[in-house]
Amino acid sequence: MDMTVAKKKLGLKEKYKLLTRDLGWEPTYHNKDEVFPYVKYEGIKVHDWEKWEDPFRLTMDAYWKYQAEKERKFYAIIDAHAQNNGHLNITDARYLSALKIFLQAISPGEYCAGKGFARMGREFPGVGTQVACQMQAIDEIRHAQTQIHALSNYNKFYNGFHAFADARDRMWYCTLPRSFFDDAMSAGPFEFMIAIGFSFEYVLTNLLFVPFMSGAAYNGDMATVTFGFSAQSDEARHMTLGLECIKFMLEQDPDNLPIVQNWIDKWFWRGFRLLGVVGTMMDYMLPKRVMSWREAFEIYGIENGGALFKDLARYGIRPPKGWDDAGKALDHMTHQFMLALYQYQFGTAFHSWIPSEEDMAWLSKKYPTTFDKYYRPRWEHIKKLKEAGTPYANMGLAKLCQTCQIPTVFTEPDDPTTLCHREVEYKGETYHFCSDGCQHIFEKEPEKYIQGWLPLAAIFQAPLNGDLGAWMEWVSLADGKDNGDFAGSEDQRNFEAWRNQATSNQ
Amino acid sequence: MAVTSTKPYVGVPRDRVENFNGKQIVYVGWDQHMLFSTPFMIVVEPGMKLGDMLQNAVRPLMQPDPDAPAVDFGKVEWLKGKQPWTPNFEASLADNGIRHKQQLTFRTPGLNTLGAAGR
Ligand SMILES: [Fe+2]
Ligand SMILES: [Fe+2]
Repeated sequence: MDMTVAKKKLGLKEKYKLLTRDLGWEPTYHNKDEVFPYVKYEGIKVHDWEKWEDPFRLTMDAYWKYQAEKERKFYAIIDAHAQNNGHLNITDARYLSALKIFLQAISPGEYCAGKGFARMGREFPGVGTQVACQMQAIDEIRHAQTQIHALSNYNKFYNGFHAFADARDRMWYCTLPRSFFDDAMSAGPFEFMIAIGFSFEYVLTNLLFVPFMSGAAYNGDMATVTFGFSAQSDEARHMTLGLECIKFMLEQDPDNLPIVQNWIDKWFWRGFRLLGVVGTMMDYMLPKRVMSWREAFEIYGIENGGALFKDLARYGIRPPKGWDDAGKALDHMTHQFMLALYQYQFGTAFHSWIPSEEDMAWLSKKYPTTFDKYYRPRWEHIKKLKEAGTPYANMGLAKLCQTCQIPTVFTEPDDPTTLCHREVEYKGETYHFCSDGCQHIFEKEPEKYIQGWLPLAAIFQAPLNGDLGAWMEWVSLADGKDNGDFAGSEDQRNFEAWRNQATSNQ
Repeated sequence: MAVTSTKPYVGVPRDRVENFNGKQIVYVGWDQHMLFSTPFMIVVEPGMKLGDMLQNAVRPLMQPDPDAPAVDFGKVEWLKGKQPWTPNFEASLADNGIRHKQQLTFRTPGLNTLGAAGR
């Protein structure tokens, strides 16, 4: 009698092999260079694409199942948040400024990352890489969507949320993240992977997500906590992809080392500048604070990053060039940033304010060597101006950095009383920079950065031609509602009134 | 290589002076006066007298700083770009050789009320 053999069920590993390696067929009527035209021009030499391992080996069916489950949970909580007036559970309406900046400046970056990874899924020849990039592309679009959906409930009640997409494209403080992603998306596939997969996801994500999400939890914002959790389980995969990419490049050919090092230097600095916004939210915009930006950087930047660069030293990689300058900036940058946001608050789609006595006491405790010495006198003076009925507004627009595109508000690394002044002459034009880091990035690829769209210079060109009212309309800024001091704002009044209704019988 | 590209590539600067309707950008910074986050960005005609630009465009912006009334532009130290410089207030920006996007910085040694705690 014949034995019937049960059909063998495939293991995950075999399934994945079938799913991916078979995709990597040899083209017959085109050569490989025509099919993958962008993998060589950056100078990275690859001898064996099979060596790029994807340790997750997640198959599409497993991926969909897993993500769908997270979506169900996410939307259940978001619905409950909306129905139970979750927006009144936050500690204070000042907290909303952090959310507005996040939505205008960071969430659109998720969308850009999605676009970028979709492109990389097409441009890399290795099939394991293609699948991993495609999954990350879908993840990133999901992150953008869940963030926009989670915050849309706040848009029903408060100002400054309604035109986040216009802000992203046109607002002067949003060109910082915007130019970061534009720079990455217009680079080749390997540089993109270093920019987003390695520098952003691996070195800097913890600095963005962990403090921001714990800030949300501390301040009673369940909607944000929920999207944070929903995104965070994807991050392990993203970080692995970034780290695998960098090791792959370094192991494939020794000639890749200087190219990779240059990208690490560049993208560490761009990422550090970008995170200055997050640091400012942590130090100034959370009514209930978790930790200072300095403390977060010590844990997630210096400790974790330090360990990573020690690990990469065996390939010849050294810590990023701007590492020391970053360390010197830690005690200054968030104060310099917040003072700038305050003095230009007529042009921001969020509110800022003069720190209270209690806030300032916290800041001097967290920044004992710098806050009282340099920054408190400025805030005290600004307070005096306000009390005298002449509130401070800086109506002289700002000088911007040609590379990172933010106002050049930072000081010399070794002299906090002098603004950093860096300028370069290129083909007869003058270009300004916020730091040595940004100047070096420009000097390596000037033809790229001379095209930078600087939002304040743009106000004086067609079609706005210097008309500030037209500018406000163009950036969808509702004057008197979205902008200005938190004290006396509609958001402040409404939140107080609604919260009183919810917690008393008045 | 001025840009990493697949073929020769030449960028077009966005902020050339032709794009500013006959005006130009001048940045004016007040050394050590950190109430102002960055140098002021001033957009004016190159034919404007330097003294007029300082009186009419720059001086009003300086008012929030308590040192502002004590500043005499004729007596401060000037830098054009990074070089020490002697301005001619009666001449135009163009005749002073102040180019588009050039930065002027003035120093007022001894005058720094808000910086005092920083010493
Ligand atoms: Fe993401
Ligand atoms: Fe910069």
